[in-house]
Amino acid sequence: MTTATKIVKEKPLKVAKRRQTPLRWFFSTGWRHIVGIGIVLYAIFPILYIVSTSLYPNNSIEGNNTLFAAISFENYVSLFKDTARPFATWYFNTVYIGLVTSIGSVFISALAAYAFSRLRFRGRRGGLLSLILIQMFPSLLGLVAIYGMLIEIGKIFPAFGLDSQLGLIMIYMGGSLGGGTYLMYGFFNTVPKELDEAAKLDGATHTQIFYGIILRLVAPVLAVQMLLSYIGITSDYVLASVVLSKPESLTLAVGLQQFISDPFSRDWSMFTAGAVLSAIPVVALFMYLQRYIVSGLLGGAVKG
Amino acid sequence: MTNPFAGGPDRSNINRKSVKQLYDGGTPSLRGTIIKIALLAILDAVTIFVTFILFMRHLWLAVGIAVVAMLIINWLYLRRGGLPAKYLAPGVVLLIAFQIYVLFFSAYTAFTNYGSFHNGDQKLAVSAIRAAGYGVVDGAPQYDVHLVKTEKGSIEFLLTDPVNGKVFVGDSANEKLVEIPACSTAIADIIKNNSTSVSTADCETVSLGDNLADAVSAPGYAAAEQKGLSKAKLNTLAATRLYVDPANHEGQFVKTDDLMVAITYQTELVWDAKNITFTRVTDGVVFKAAEDGYFRAEGKADGEKVSDIGWRVEVGFKNFQTIFTDKNLRAPLLKIISWTFIFAGSSVLTTFIAGLAIALLFNDERMKFKRVYRSLMILPYAFPAFLSAYVWRGLLNTDQGFINNVILGGNHIPWLTEELPARSAILLVNLWLGFPYMFLITTGALQAIPAELTESATIDGATPWQILRQIKLPLLLVSIAPLLISSFAFNFNNFTLIYLLTKGGPMDSATSGYDAGGTDILITFVYKIAFSGGHGQDYGLASAFSILIFIVVATFSLVSFRRTRTLEDVN
Repeated sequence: MTTATKIVKEKPLKVAKRRQTPLRWFFSTGWRHIVGIGIVLYAIFPILYIVSTSLYPNNSIEGNNTLFAAISFENYVSLFKDTARPFATWYFNTVYIGLVTSIGSVFISALAAYAFSRLRFRGRRGGLLSLILIQMFPSLLGLVAIYGMLIEIGKIFPAFGLDSQLGLIMIYMGGSLGGGTYLMYGFFNTVPKELDEAAKLDGATHTQIFYGIILRLVAPVLAVQMLLSYIGITSDYVLASVVLSKPESLTLAVGLQQFISDPFSRDWSMFTAGAVLSAIPVVALFMYLQRYIVSGLLGGAVKG
Repeated sequence: MTNPFAGGPDRSNINRKSVKQLYDGGTPSLRGTIIKIALLAILDAVTIFVTFILFMRHLWLAVGIAVVAMLIINWLYLRRGGLPAKYLAPGVVLLIAFQIYVLFFSAYTAFTNYGSFHNGDQKLAVSAIRAAGYGVVDGAPQYDVHLVKTEKGSIEFLLTDPVNGKVFVGDSANEKLVEIPACSTAIADIIKNNSTSVSTADCETVSLGDNLADAVSAPGYAAAEQKGLSKAKLNTLAATRLYVDPANHEGQFVKTDDLMVAITYQTELVWDAKNITFTRVTDGVVFKAAEDGYFRAEGKADGEKVSDIGWRVEVGFKNFQTIFTDKNLRAPLLKIISWTFIFAGSSVLTTFIAGLAIALLFNDERMKFKRVYRSLMILPYAFPAFLSAYVWRGLLNTDQGFINNVILGGNHIPWLTEELPARSAILLVNLWLGFPYMFLITTGALQAIPAELTESATIDGATPWQILRQIKLPLLLVSIAPLLISSFAFNFNNFTLIYLLTKGGPMDSATSGYDAGGTDILITFVYKIAFSGGHGQDYGLASAFSILIFIVVATFSLVSFRRTRTLEDVN
């Protein structure tokens, strides 16, 4: 290993000593930059486009298709003034549902994953296998059952029935447990067992081991898992559209659709403003946690 | 990794504890115990409250489940040992309620005719059919409606016939109409003499001009307002029938839908609760309950239906039979299935190739600004998926979209409204959504390949292409094959992209009855069957499809996972 890293480290040194002509630069890394810039343009032009449209006052076709032709926050202001489509309320609903569900489901899956990873009990293998199987049944396919179940629950406990956010949260939690537990199980297995055995000998209780050692060590992964689950939940359209119907209880994914029925009207400009505002926190967090996300994806990958 | 607990085990501590205690998770701390008791107390309080409500509603099965579940949970957490159960219980409870129950209910629904026409039990169907089984009587009187309050406080109708001036008040308890002669006289007087708003002490009226007036209150009946009544009460009022001859419920009755005008109707279907039949008044045909959950003429399977409204019955494998043998369904279904596989397969393939190519492009030590490139390139992955679908819908608009107008210089390609362009557009958008993810995982997997391997291959004279094909790619596939499988399974059910981008359209008008579009994948098709079908909502058929899709995806995933595991072992 040491020899290999040495060779790799010396290479750029040698290259740097040589004289760089533009042609040589082009054939070594230059063409890569040119292709790379092309890919980056493909990746970001839709995003640039909505940012630009959201800033363009009094939407018209010409303004739409020239990026950043004018800058104004008119669309943002009218977005918040629209009382029939309460954007701020939707925003709050989305954050609320997303946070409660992602924190709750990550915590509950962590509990279960700890049992599967660290404890030995009868039915452990069977439990793991059925988890894999159950998580392949997307809650989408159970829509009819969920719909019927919420109607029945709503007759007795309206707070958990149809058109209630609590009901939706419970369904999201139930739906994400299978996959979440299985992923977390993989992450917990990467924490060496010797650590908790040593702690056990020192007299640590199982709760101390769980909260003090395992959760601490996988904290970055937990954060990533929470973020990904938050993104997944706040992006859900189907379940939210079936469960929620009152305008003031909608989430962004369902609510924002009301703006795009007529593309390139004033509504479309307001939609782009809403889209920018909805995306900013998620994208910012994603960028901030980038490094962990990459390792988290691979950790999950290797563990299947 | 350094052990934070280094320093050797504390011997004295071990001596004091038995091995059994170690496996039980050590001696519980006081704080932990207090938290545990508090949480259990809250849970019990909530459960008891819930049980009480269920008890009041006489839902004995639910009461039993709640009580048993509460006892089991308390026992689990209060006893010593049994650690695994303590960690698994919260997850298992949620899983049973919201996944396993849902799965079994879907499986059950697949064997019923549950849908918008078979929504509940027979009782519900009967009341719905009775509610609809009447027709307007031509030439019969119509009445202006005003609400009044009786001395006991209940709401009744005060009906004025503007033609002959007769005034009736409803008696909803006995479902009959009672004439109020004092008012009838007053209104008849107004009609005859065109006097304006004659208010006698007994009967208050309001003039409508042109010899017309309505009675608004009568002796014993005070005028009442619609405002302030609950929606349920208004619905009950709108459903109230007042029979002209209360002894004959097959005859004419008066009913108001809007609480403004009441119309005289004639019952067309007579319900016989004893024999469970409907008889049609006009021709005397008797409708009996048939096996398929409809009232049909003489109860025959092919008899005329009394109404499209039926009730829920178990239909065995009928839904599955429809899927496999219905001729109308076959052509659209085959098309949808093939497109589902093409879509999921090409999505994985295109994103993987693009991701791998970009990873190789940037997998060069000498290249600068790699982090900047990476941050910009993963933006599509970080961007919420539903927003991406909406944004692309705007970008791909035929006449005003950015793609046609700016990038393609004023072209008019019907990206979302014709089948072939729509399909390519979907793959293009999914490439945009998915390549960053593939780029991230292939980069990670490439970096995990030991440098010695490539070094020694280079020394042995292998070309870069050979190294890629014969060393890097096989190793790469081992680690990311499970991810490619998950990606396929995900795209197989990628509802959000398809539904939010094209709604499965463009619609295929040639397909008879079924709401199948050119870009529909199975899951969007199933959604439409369940929630917006042309046939009405057919939950039974949709559930049958769901079960089949689940079986396909689960088998595919399990088999592939098996194969990749063995692949991993071989290498």
